[in-house]
Amino acid sequence: MDARALLKDAGLAAFVAFALAFPMVGFQTIDVSGSHGITVVTRFGDVAIAVALVFIGRLALSLLQNRAMRLPILVLSAALAVGLPLLTTSYPVITWLSVIATAVIAVRAAWLVFDIADVVGRDEGNHLRDATAFIGRWFGPVLVVFAVLFPFLPMTSRYILDLGILVLTYVMLGWGLNVVVGLAGLLDLGYVAFYAVGAYSYAIIAQTFGWSFWVCLPLAGLFAAFFGVILGFPVLRLRGDYLAIVTLGFGEIIRIILLNWSSFSGGPNGISGVPRPSFLGFPFTANPPEGTRAFHQLFGLDFAPEHRIVFLYYLILALALVTNIFTLRIRKLPIGRAWEALREDEVACRALGINPTNTKLTAFAIGAMFAGFAGAFFATRQGFISPESFSFLESAVILAIVVLDGMGSQIGVVLAAVLLIGIPEFFRELAQFRMLAFGAAMVGIMIWRPRGLLAHRDPSIHLPKAVGGGA
Amino acid sequence: MTRSPLLAVEHLTMRFGGLVAVDDVSFTAYDREITAIIGPNGAGKTTVFNCLTGFYPTPVGRLRLTGGRGEFLLERMDGFRIAQKAGVARTFQNIRLFPRMTVLENLIVAQHNVLMRASGYTAAGLLGLRRYRVAEHEALELARSWLDRLGLTAQSDWEAGNLPYGSQRRLEIARAMCTKPVLLCLDEPAAGLNPRESAELRGLLTETRDQHGIGILLIEHDMSVVMGISDHIIVLDYGSMIADGTPSEVRSDPAVIRAYLGEEETEQLPPEVAGDLHQEGRI
Repeated sequence: MDARALLKDAGLAAFVAFALAFPMVGFQTIDVSGSHGITVVTRFGDVAIAVALVFIGRLALSLLQNRAMRLPILVLSAALAVGLPLLTTSYPVITWLSVIATAVIAVRAAWLVFDIADVVGRDEGNHLRDATAFIGRWFGPVLVVFAVLFPFLPMTSRYILDLGILVLTYVMLGWGLNVVVGLAGLLDLGYVAFYAVGAYSYAIIAQTFGWSFWVCLPLAGLFAAFFGVILGFPVLRLRGDYLAIVTLGFGEIIRIILLNWSSFSGGPNGISGVPRPSFLGFPFTANPPEGTRAFHQLFGLDFAPEHRIVFLYYLILALALVTNIFTLRIRKLPIGRAWEALREDEVACRALGINPTNTKLTAFAIGAMFAGFAGAFFATRQGFISPESFSFLESAVILAIVVLDGMGSQIGVVLAAVLLIGIPEFFRELAQFRMLAFGAAMVGIMIWRPRGLLAHRDPSIHLPKAVGGGA
Repeated sequence: MTRSPLLAVEHLTMRFGGLVAVDDVSFTAYDREITAIIGPNGAGKTTVFNCLTGFYPTPVGRLRLTGGRGEFLLERMDGFRIAQKAGVARTFQNIRLFPRMTVLENLIVAQHNVLMRASGYTAAGLLGLRRYRVAEHEALELARSWLDRLGLTAQSDWEAGNLPYGSQRRLEIARAMCTKPVLLCLDEPAAGLNPRESAELRGLLTETRDQHGIGILLIEHDMSVVMGISDHIIVLDYGSMIADGTPSEVRSDPAVIRAYLGEEETEQLPPEVAGDLHQEGRI
């Protein structure tokens, strides 16, 4: 490529950067005390730095096409990536952006210099398939052991443990939705409705009848499954976009009913004082009522509020693992294979005598049941529920987890949940740039893993090794 | 051997708005025979199939199936029940395998209803009861016998969508056969096959008819297949039936020749030309 084309290309990238940065970075509104309203402050210096960064970066990426330039660029960008943090500037964010940009260029250059692309590219399909199969086989058990030991690791603070509970809740929801979206291929944008049904069923049943968690949990699942069937009937004939719209509407209907039916659900105030779970009837309280014993007394421990958190952690871990094992098992049963066949081709399914109505309804019901379990757990953990917790955004996040994992793989859901729920928490230090970093991570995944983190499908059945000659 | 009727189609009519796609068609397909339905493009062949297999809700007429499973009036049944209860299986003009499932899974899914019953509608399967394991083993053996027959055993774990085209065609037939039908409906099974694959297909179809003792209904444009293996041919044109007979009868039927070569008004085809056309396999 000649110099003019290079400059033109880089100039174009810089122009796009300018067009984006000028309104967004160039002006800042500041609430100056004493003046009326807000004042606009300009930050054209920052815009100039951003545009220059993009220009140089684009130029460097283009120059990588030239073999001779690769090594110098690698050295230079690596040096900058290491060296820049040592400089102290008044713009920490700009410094970090530059570091990330130079690091990306360095990785790209190293990729080309050491011909990694050729090695990976040669039989990328096989490589990746082997790798993901390997991950599937070994990573799962390792992850389970890690999850079981997690509360006792030295780094685990109460905050981290709470985060763990949150991530596991989403893992469970992801696994539940995976049945509907990943296996049966029914795009459900209103999954949070079943989560809400589970939470409210638990809260209302537990409060009204005073039954224990373990009695209410299956009931909550049952109610949610029932609502799954109710949603399933009208959408049986719908597919794709139309199905998505109706399920989206269903999610909103449930939320709006909960918001307005005050005498039943407490309206926008929600339901507070939802009974907390107890350890086989021994509550987690400092001073149990007369004549009963609390958990810490049972084991002769000093009272600590963490006991309940650890218990909740194991509770959701167990629920999530049950969901996982159930899904893995049902995938290998006729109903699971019928779900996948339905996802692939509904017409062919009918021609083979598979009842599409029953098959779809069971997928909806089972997916909803797990959301109901998760909802019951959510209610007992929070002690308070309100319609706000069940907005469309929740459905979108759960769906994003399933889509991100590549649809259908179980480990992928875990990684996606950690990424989607965990990363925004880790990036809290970036303050206002938190969502920017999150967005960048998403864009990165779309570029490098467009079919999902682990787009790998294990066959549900294999031919047994030939017995006595076979053929 | 006496011919026993398997499917009796009486006065079948299908309208789409003002268009009469199938107009008062009556024919009989016999057990242990291959019945071919031929005709120019748009003659209503696939429409007949779709009526038979329940893909159109309201065909007019009577479709009486008298197979080993009893007597069924197909026009009154839901799509999937025709395959499930009456035992009519079909393939599609544009292959409809489950492309991202493996070859073996395609054949196992076809045995859904048997396995579903054996798994106690999932409960027994979840518990891993012996009854289900035995049924699954039997399903695998049936699938294996078909894979061996198609020479696809080594590819059993391939995604079906990655198979070569000809293998996909044959796999779709095997999948339909795994539902253990009494009547197999094939919609252009030889479309897009090369001569060698087409010959293999002929072998597969006659074997299937003879070994499994079922009736086969076949839509086909490839005349080498139609003339080579059919016991009985029905010709449709513009939705109406214009001929019904053995291959040699249909081959010499003037109405059929007209339908294929266009209206020649009063002019008859000279016998040499017709003879040449037969040899080229165009009629």
